[in-house]
Parts: sequence; C-alpha cells; structure tokens
Amino acid sequence: MLSIKNIHANIEGKEILKGINLEIKAGEVHAIMGPNGSGKSTLASVLAGREEYEVTEGEVTFLEKDLLELSTEDRAREGLFLAFQYPVEIPGVSTTNFIKAAVNEKRKYQGEELLDAVAFLKMMKQKMALVEIDQSLLSRSINEGFSGGEKKRNEVFQMAMLEPKLAILDETDSGLDIDALRIVANGINKLRNENRAILLITHYQRLLDYIQPDFVHVLYNGKIVKSGTKELALELEDKGYDFITDEADLAASL
Amino acid sequence: MNEDLNMLEQTALNEYKYGFVTDIDTDIIPKGLNEDVVTLISKKKNEPEWMLNWRLKAYAHWLKLEEPKWPNVKYPPINYQDIIYYAAPKKKEQLNSLDEVDPELLRTFEKLGISLNEQKRLTGVAVDVVMDSVSIATSFKEQLSEIGVIFCSISEAIQKHPDLVKKHLGSVVPMTDNYFAALNSAVFTDGSFCYIPKGVRCPMELSTYFRINAENSGQFERTLIIAEEESYVSYLEGCTAPMRDENQLHAAVVELVAMKKAEIKYSTVQNWYPGDKDGNGGIYNFVTKRGMCQGEHSKISWTQVETGSAITWKYPSVILKGDYSIGEFYSVAFTNHHQQADTGTKMIHLGKNTRSRIVSKGISAGQSQNSYRGLVRAAKGATNARNYSQCDSLLLGDKCGAHTFPYIEVKNKTAIVEHEATTSKIGEDQLFYCRQRGIDAETAVALIVNGFAKEVMNQLPMEFAIEAQKLLAISMEGSVG
Repeated sequence: MLSIKNIHANIEGKEILKGINLEIKAGEVHAIMGPNGSGKSTLASVLAGREEYEVTEGEVTFLEKDLLELSTEDRAREGLFLAFQYPVEIPGVSTTNFIKAAVNEKRKYQGEELLDAVAFLKMMKQKMALVEIDQSLLSRSINEGFSGGEKKRNEVFQMAMLEPKLAILDETDSGLDIDALRIVANGINKLRNENRAILLITHYQRLLDYIQPDFVHVLYNGKIVKSGTKELALELEDKGYDFITDEADLAASL
Repeated sequence: MNEDLNMLEQTALNEYKYGFVTDIDTDIIPKGLNEDVVTLISKKKNEPEWMLNWRLKAYAHWLKLEEPKWPNVKYPPINYQDIIYYAAPKKKEQLNSLDEVDPELLRTFEKLGISLNEQKRLTGVAVDVVMDSVSIATSFKEQLSEIGVIFCSISEAIQKHPDLVKKHLGSVVPMTDNYFAALNSAVFTDGSFCYIPKGVRCPMELSTYFRINAENSGQFERTLIIAEEESYVSYLEGCTAPMRDENQLHAAVVELVAMKKAEIKYSTVQNWYPGDKDGNGGIYNFVTKRGMCQGEHSKISWTQVETGSAITWKYPSVILKGDYSIGEFYSVAFTNHHQQADTGTKMIHLGKNTRSRIVSKGISAGQSQNSYRGLVRAAKGATNARNYSQCDSLLLGDKCGAHTFPYIEVKNKTAIVEHEATTSKIGEDQLFYCRQRGIDAETAVALIVNGFAKEVMNQLPMEFAIEAQKLLAISMEGSVG
C-alpha cells in the first residue's frame, strides 16, 4: 500500500530525513519509535504533504500513485489520514461542520454521492460510540478549549469518519493519562482491519501495550536503524534507546 | 512556508457581479456645487421653504469646514465641483403602483436579486429602493400603514409628514456635525423614512436597497428612523454600484431615534463597488450613522457587514441618553486588494446604568488596510455605565494591515469599561490541518474566516445572514490562489 524508498527531506536547508525505506501492506500496523529529534514527526509531515519540508531525494508510492506528486488535500482524499500530535484550534468552526466538509470533499473526489445532513448524522452516531466521544464536544468549535484527551479523541473520531486507507498517528499517546490512553487505543483497535494500514509514531512503548503492532522500527538520526516485531519495543523499554543508538553511532563512525 | 503563503499573497481576479449599468433615461443636473445647485435640488423635489433654508444653512456651514484628515486612509483630493449632485431615472408621472415602474428598472432590481413584486416575495420584507438620487418604489406600504407604520422615501415624508421630519431631522446628526454630514444635509436627494408608532412591533423587516447607476454622480441619501415608546423595528440596508474606473462619492447620513423602551435593530450589508484588483475605481463610502437612545430602557443595535467600497469611513454610534438604555455594535469589515477601511463606533454613555457592547471583526487580505476606530465615553452622570469591547483582526497574507485605535474617556468612577483586542494571522498550521482533511486552501480560508466572523453574522436576520455569508465568500475569492 505504501512504499517509501530512500527518502531524504530538509527543513530550512537542514537535512532531517536521511534515507528512509519502509514498506507497509494493507492490514498491517507498524510502529515507528525513536528518541526525540530523530525525525519521527518529520516523516509523518512529509507523507501528509506539509510544504515546509522539501523532499530532496527518494520516492513514495501510495496505492500505486506517486504520493509526492499529489497535493496535500488530494493525499487526504486518496485515503491518507494524519492524526496530529498537536491538533489545531479553529475558532467559530463547529467540529461537526468541519468533519462534514472533510467527509464530503473526499466523497466528491472519489465520485461518490455527497452525504446529506440526515445520512451524515447517522454515520456520526455510529462512529461516536467507537471513541466514546460526546455529542456536546462535536458542536463546539474545533479543538477550541478541548482538553488534551478530548483533542486526541477527536482526532481518532475524525479517522473513524474519514475511513482512511492509511492512518498515521503522530504521538497520539502523548499528554494522555492512563484512562484517556485506554479509550483512544481502544478506538484505534476498533478501526483496525485487513484493508487499512496504520503507522503509529510514538516515543514510548506504553501505547504498544494497548495496540499490538506487527512491526516495530527504530528511527534514529533520520534513518531506520533497526526493525523487528513487537518484541523490539519491549527490548527498547527494557534497555532504553541507547543500546541501539550507540550501536548506530558506532556504525556511522566506522 | 512557501506555497501556502504564496496562495495568500496571490490576488487573482475578483468578480464583482453587480457591476453592470442600466441604460435608462436619466434626469441630471450639471456638475458642480453652489447655492444655486442646492436650490435646484430642493426645487426638483418640490420642497417647502423650511427645507430649502435648512439645506442652505448646511451648505453655508460646509463651506467653513475642512475635510477630515485623521482617518487612516489615503486618497487623492476630491474635486467637489466635479460631481453631479442630482441624477434621477426619468419618470413620466407620479407612480400610483409598482406596475407603473419602468420595466427596465424592475429588471435591474430583479438582476440584483431584489424583487419589487410583492406577490413574488416569500418572506415579509418591505423594500424601498433608491436609485441614484431618488426612491423608485416602496413595497408593502399599505399593509404597514394599516398599523400606523410609515415607511416611505424621505422626499415623500417631507411632503406628507413635515412635522415629524422637522422635529427629528438633524436631531441626532446635526448639520454641523462633520464635513460629510454637512455636505449631505445640503444636497441629500433621497433615502428612507420609517416611523413606528407607540406600542407597535413592526411585523416585517423594513429594508432599503441603494443603487448608484449614473456616471460621475455622487449619492447622498438620508435615512431617518423613529421608534416611538415601546415599539420595535428591524431595518436592513443593502447597496451596489456599477464597475467604473473613476471613484464615486457616497456620503450618507442615518439617524435613529429610540424612545422609552423602544428597540431599533439596524443591519447593513455594504457591497458598493470596491474598485478593481489594482485599486482603480470604487466608491468612497463616507457615512455618518448615529442612533439616539432617547428614552429609558431603549435599545439600538447596529450590525454591519462591510465588504465593498474602495474606502470606508463610518462609525455607527449610539448616544445612550436614557437611563438603562443599551447600545450595540457588531461589525465585520473585510478588505481585499487595495481597499481601505477605517470603521468602528462611538458609544456615548450619558444616562445611568447604560450598557454598550462592541464586537468588531476586521479581516484584511491583499494589500488592504483595515482599521478599527472606536470611542467609549462615560460622561459624569453615567453612573454604573458598562461597556465591553472586543476587537479582533485577522490577516490573510503579509502585505495587508490591521490597526486598532480605541479611545476611552471615563468621567464617572462607577463606570466599567473593558476592552479586548486580538490580532491573528490565518496560520499555516490551520491551513495544513484543513488540507490534511481534504479541504482545499480556498475553502479552508472561507471556513476559517466565516468562523472568525460568526459572532457578528449571528446577529443578522436569517435571510440576510445567508446573503452576507455568500457575499463574504465572493469577496474573498482571489484572496487565496
């Protein structure tokens, strides 16, 4: 579904990603872990099409299309979803209207019929249960005055509504207490299926206690330095990042 | 940063869909202004002696005044001798009903989305339409008169209700008030007059639609609304003009009088031709609007959505004379390309326990300049006066400007005045968030701007709010790539 080949990316002339390779198939859950500053969020931004980042080398194929040729909005309409680490507030724009606009933009692009208010509300009711999100939250301005947990739940709710092919969850666990984490993780688990790929970006392994990944990759200094199964995450938890980063630094210095 | 910012910077063509000209026989007088012209206008309107004298007095005073230089706007000097002060679509005789209105005129207003045909109207909105210097027609006049509501052109009011006009004209905005008010007092040609008698809640929205058509002419209309004790009226005004290369002057005066427990809600959707994207042409909108809360517990509320005009200079104000009276000002001012707006309000607290609320939302795009200028004054006797002001500015791109000039004068210790102001830029983060959800940049900007303006839009009567929202979207076209 997603094939990343030797991606290099800069921001303001500084190279952050230094040759990333990654293959993700439908139905798989991949976790990307790594210390702060390793380039995890940059990878998410590059895939989603954030224009501050310049891709200098490499290619990305998403559902047989050249992802890097698509505009940000077309990537979304093709089925790429990014759950933001810091969801943005838009005063005066109700969450419901925002999501309705997003859902219909996607349907329009896919050549599907637009949802009317009734059909949309019905769909919303269904998906609300998944992430235990309250109706009152959805009538408020998007993310404005939401708690950390509410913001993240709202991201997962949008994911449920937009039914993406590939969902990238950028530090969705950060800033959540244990109860909020469980709710968010449960929501994500319910959205797991054989047609959908999920890319979890996280600093801590605790999220992976709730969402079992098929593969774990360690990103360090702009490169994936180690890949494995979920046991790798446990090893990281146990030994810290040092045991991998030291190795990588040593390899780099040789 | 690069591409999103470029989108905001790019100013593409902005189609002004009301820019057509109606080809109609027009009765015009030669350019220029002097006592004879003032007299001629009065004569053309068959006015009584007192009205002419009032005009001449205003003209004499105007000659002594200088054009204000303090607004934060720039324009070349206006040659007042190069303006036509009276232009009227020729009519054959006195009209008895709408059926007698020139079909070309009716078509013009149909094109503007204003149906004068009462049967065709779905909602109960009575309309007075003013083209250039005269009122063309007023609908629902008879139904309104049955409950004592007078809704007609000011020219007709001068003829038929001289006592009311004499009593109130200039009582809120004196002819000596300012340069443009004095000019208007001398040469005003038409406008609307509303009188709501004691205890009457006007059952329909009253509205006036202003249209400039003739070339080289100025429009000087005068509106007077009087709400007697315990009455209520909601009044709307809209306006458009053809696209022309030269600037045209529009200097109106609006006066509102609210007696004890009366309420006047005045809404404006201002869409005069703003000029082209390079700043050629457009209307100079220099307007004086003021309401007097004469009686206790009276209320005046101004709501304006300003998207048009090359330059806007207007401060719809309220004098809170009656104890417990309330003044409100809700404004959205959108400027694009080379438009300049210096707008705001004055809340003058004179009575005890008076309250005022100001919510101003300025949105600047292109190379435009958008200023909020507001005065809150609590006089010595304004015990327990309260004001809350909120001025928010939103910038689209980085070549436009937003300015806030709040003036606060408090002479009573018990008065409480609060002022909050914010300036924000549509963030790259907000745009990226929307685009990541599949919403393109232009739609995202419209969404964000509408969200920003929502608090004010909510104040507009329903059918107007939808129109205003569309208008805002049209005005924004081309402010992103």
